[in-house]
Amino acid sequence: MDAEREVLDVLARNAREDIDDIAAQTGLDAAAVADAIDALEAKSVVHGYQAVVDWDRVDEGKIRAVVEINVELDRETGYEQVADRIAKFPAVDALHLVSGDYDFAVEVLGENMQDVSEFISEQVAPMPEVTQTVTHYIMETYKDGGIRFEDGDDDDRLSVSP
Amino acid sequence: MRLSDRARTLPESGIRKFFELAEARDDVISLGVGEPDFSAPWAARTAAIDSLERGKTSYTSNRGMAALRERIADHHERYDQSYDSESEVLVTTGASEAVDLAFRALVDPGDTVAVHEPTYISYGPGIELAGGERLTVPTRAADDFALTRESLEAAGAAEADLLVLCYPNNPTGATMTDKELAEVAAFCRDEDLRVVADEIYAALTYGADHSSIATQPGMRERTVVVNGFSKAYAMTGLRLGYALGPAEAIDAMNRIHQYTMLSAPTTPQYAAIEALDRCDDEVTEMVEEYNRRRRLVVSRFNEMGLDTFEPGGAFYAFPECGGDDEAFAEELLEAEGVAVVPGSVFGEGGEGHLRVSYATSMRELKEATDRIASFVADR
Repeated sequence: MDAEREVLDVLARNAREDIDDIAAQTGLDAAAVADAIDALEAKSVVHGYQAVVDWDRVDEGKIRAVVEINVELDRETGYEQVADRIAKFPAVDALHLVSGDYDFAVEVLGENMQDVSEFISEQVAPMPEVTQTVTHYIMETYKDGGIRFEDGDDDDRLSVSP
Repeated sequence: MRLSDRARTLPESGIRKFFELAEARDDVISLGVGEPDFSAPWAARTAAIDSLERGKTSYTSNRGMAALRERIADHHERYDQSYDSESEVLVTTGASEAVDLAFRALVDPGDTVAVHEPTYISYGPGIELAGGERLTVPTRAADDFALTRESLEAAGAAEADLLVLCYPNNPTGATMTDKELAEVAAFCRDEDLRVVADEIYAALTYGADHSSIATQPGMRERTVVVNGFSKAYAMTGLRLGYALGPAEAIDAMNRIHQYTMLSAPTTPQYAAIEALDRCDDEVTEMVEEYNRRRRLVVSRFNEMGLDTFEPGGAFYAFPECGGDDEAFAEELLEAEGVAVVPGSVFGEGGEGHLRVSYATSMRELKEATDRIASFVADR
């Protein structure tokens, strides 16, 4: 495995690993790790470093919705142009072009349900290319970013064993 | 009730004391655990659940389900091993049962069984229960705990009838290269020793692939290979292992097994079939994670001045703590709430070392090694 991939594997599990610990885990030296991170950022492989948050456990937390959007394209307007317009809204947390019954799957983050529905009805639905939206509010999140949301440690192994 | 001499004289495991000390506290980070911190792959667990829902709760064939034995034989082709699933594979209740059966099938009263140490704690008692006598062959830190012809000769193993070989090794994490195995194999052929090779950690190697002594020239016919699902597939509690060997040895082991165990538990056999069919990716992910932890742990111990050779397999590091390893481990537990197992528990050559299991989360490993570094600095 090349150095960038090894560093990426560590960061994808825990973006807060410091350079010395990444070096220890991969067997690279610290300078090589720093170079690999710079290269991953420069090539836009790594776009950012964020916490995986369970918003249900935050007072005054946020609400998420998955919105299906259908669009109609014309000669001047392709998916890329529509995506660019949708992605510019700060409320849009993630935006994917998908195969199947609809075109875009959009993850929207808002303060509450009203906030999200206003955003969809007043900002997204009126866009000339948008023909239909279906909003699914997320009621509960069980796993996100590869991490299962549950309470603490359930290690029930014997503390010392042969 | 009057107990047999055999039972009365069987010593308590040295691990027991540390287990009790660690269990007495509730703030302990344990690096003393000899099993994976992962759970069995979900696909394997659902196969077990599914088998129960379908009412598959009968005995299986004594030797284990044919479908499982076929997959085990196929699986071992990756180690250049070829065994006939009908006559040369026996599915057992954990690798522990396979080791016990091998001793009972291969050891006569008064036979000498050479065991390299430090090693897993069950071989000595198993040999004694089979009526054999254990001959200890210490391995050396200078050899990174690989077994050498020189060590075998120095210990008088030429007179032994059987050799127990455990690589990748618990507690040292040592592995043996083809070249090192060739030397041991030559000794076994020259001195007519048979071998029980406990290769339960074969899937957990870092860098080089596992190499079995049974693949050395002239060794297949004199070797029983023991393996299982506990370590590779994180299925310790499901208790499923197996033995591979020449038909006459497997047949003899099966004759004992049919009276003492009848068959290995059925539910885990379904899980194991699924594990072999579909869970290679999970094993690869676990190995990659162990490898990252291994490097971190080894580098942290070397940084704090406890010399640690680079272990090639299993999930243990074996740092040198110098002097009295039991006292070190007890004081470390007392002062910092970190449990490790003193190397001397695993026999001769283990003294002055600690068995550190990295089958625990990266976060706990960092916290534990920080605490050990502070303990070492204050000592």
